[in-house]
Amino acid sequence: MYEKSVTDLQRGLRAREFSSVELVESCLTRVEALNGRLNCLITVTPERALEQARAADKRFAAGDAGPLTGIPLLHKDIFCTRGVRTSCGSRMLDNFIAPYDATVVERLDAAGMCLLGKTNMDEFAMGSSTESSYYGPTRNPWDLERVPGGSSGGSAAAIAARLGPLATCTDTGGSIRQPAAMCGVTGIKPTYGRVSRYGMVAFASSLDQGGAMARSAEDAAFLLAAMSGFDERDSTSIDRGVEDYPAMLSQDIAGLRIGVPKEYFDQGLDSGVADRVREALAEFERRGAIISDISLPHAPLSIPTYYVVAPAECSSNLSRYDGVRFGHRAENPSDLLDMYKRSRSEGFGAEVKRRIMVGTYVLSAGYYDAYYLKAQKLRRRISEDFQKAFEHVDLIAGPTAPGVAFKIGEKTDDPVSMYLCDVYTTGVNLAGLPAASIPVGFSDGLPVGLHLIGDYFREGRLLNAAHQYQQITEWHRQMPRGIA
Amino acid sequence: MSIDADEIARIAHLARLEIGDEAVARTTEELANILAFVGRMDAVDTADVTPMAHPLDQNQRLRQDHITETDRRDTFQAGAPAVENGLYLVPKVLD
Repeated sequence: MYEKSVTDLQRGLRAREFSSVELVESCLTRVEALNGRLNCLITVTPERALEQARAADKRFAAGDAGPLTGIPLLHKDIFCTRGVRTSCGSRMLDNFIAPYDATVVERLDAAGMCLLGKTNMDEFAMGSSTESSYYGPTRNPWDLERVPGGSSGGSAAAIAARLGPLATCTDTGGSIRQPAAMCGVTGIKPTYGRVSRYGMVAFASSLDQGGAMARSAEDAAFLLAAMSGFDERDSTSIDRGVEDYPAMLSQDIAGLRIGVPKEYFDQGLDSGVADRVREALAEFERRGAIISDISLPHAPLSIPTYYVVAPAECSSNLSRYDGVRFGHRAENPSDLLDMYKRSRSEGFGAEVKRRIMVGTYVLSAGYYDAYYLKAQKLRRRISEDFQKAFEHVDLIAGPTAPGVAFKIGEKTDDPVSMYLCDVYTTGVNLAGLPAASIPVGFSDGLPVGLHLIGDYFREGRLLNAAHQYQQITEWHRQMPRGIA
Repeated sequence: MSIDADEIARIAHLARLEIGDEAVARTTEELANILAFVGRMDAVDTADVTPMAHPLDQNQRLRQDHITETDRRDTFQAGAPAVENGLYLVPKVLD
């Protein structure tokens, strides 16, 4: 059952070959068998999943089912889910039971999906390895000694291990694409403003964007379609129609122009990753795509720029955690200031505090122009590079991450080396563009991801190209050994 | 730009964080490394560039000023650390 695609599940449910309750039960059995080893779920919600499955089965009986009715789902633990702990991977929110639903949660509930649980993540989505979670690191199903990437590492590991077919995730600097690459799954971050941020715990508001993870682009297309669309409650939501992603998958990609930035093949790139990416591009060429070399001159400055903009917004957003209205409060505070300081110092982990410090510094008097304003100016330069490139190409492609999954603990003592995991992904967030990562083979037995970047609102095109590649390759069907 | 222990204490206070004496040296070093790394931005002249705050250069949408939320105080306060009579309790501020 767990090897079935979303299309197969839709067909089986509609033909009443199996019920949604049976499908959910089979997923829960897998969760029970594997989550102890992988630690990819922070909270499992079996009662809710079964209740939603019973409701879905009634919808099938009544002939009222949609494309995602009765399909199991995992939410990254950053999406507020009414009545369920929403921890964001932090001690600060360990006791936080969300009093309302995120728009994404509301939409997927309405679609009839069945929530299996909430996935592990780097604390407040700040990290590239899922090691900064208060609930301990998630393990990569391909090698349990290695990280799954991050911050959406729980979602990626759960999809790779076939705990469920679909998962939500978020991406501020690569947090969907990098773990998707490291776990050998498909992940898509849409255009900024495409998916509502209402009820999605904020990290860096001008960069944060929700998206979808699945085994294949086809599966992801169904989830992204259901998540996307205008939301009045998110002031940066874009009021623009959503393309029919599943309907666009089968389009021919002959003549599709793919640009390959030379800056993405610099000296920091693992040679095995580079080889797999070049082989994948050759497959696209066989499918009729036209590959050309391009340049994004400011790309090497994406990481420095990002590590000013993101911490600045983080320090501002996380000032709300003060121990007054919700979240962790220190015991016996001597006065208000002591309560703020100790509640925050106890509630936040090392990386979150580090980013709050950096953000506070770059926004403080005397340093604002040199750091924050400078970063905002470079952000425009980085964004303009992409726009110039899209005058000549339809998609941009390269490696998602500079290397394969690394060992747990390998980079935790060196923040800057961890930041460099996102060297190819952060520019996309600074520009607000849509991008995906798809599995394209292995290096040293570990998955490699191809990064595909589209122009604004070209999610349909991205999923279409990814799907066409997956029609002639089998990488997205590979399953971690020892997890069967 | 160099950063020292006094600067760390000042930033920590602004951020309402407590950094223990034993962690000051390490925090200073980490922040200095990160600031040196982001300092690579200086390689590009950006004198005439307009800062970019929103990826699509959009303005915030305006809406009608009418009530959309209902009173759910009890629900919201259910998860609060300390409440009394519908009010959030904090340590005494005034003597």
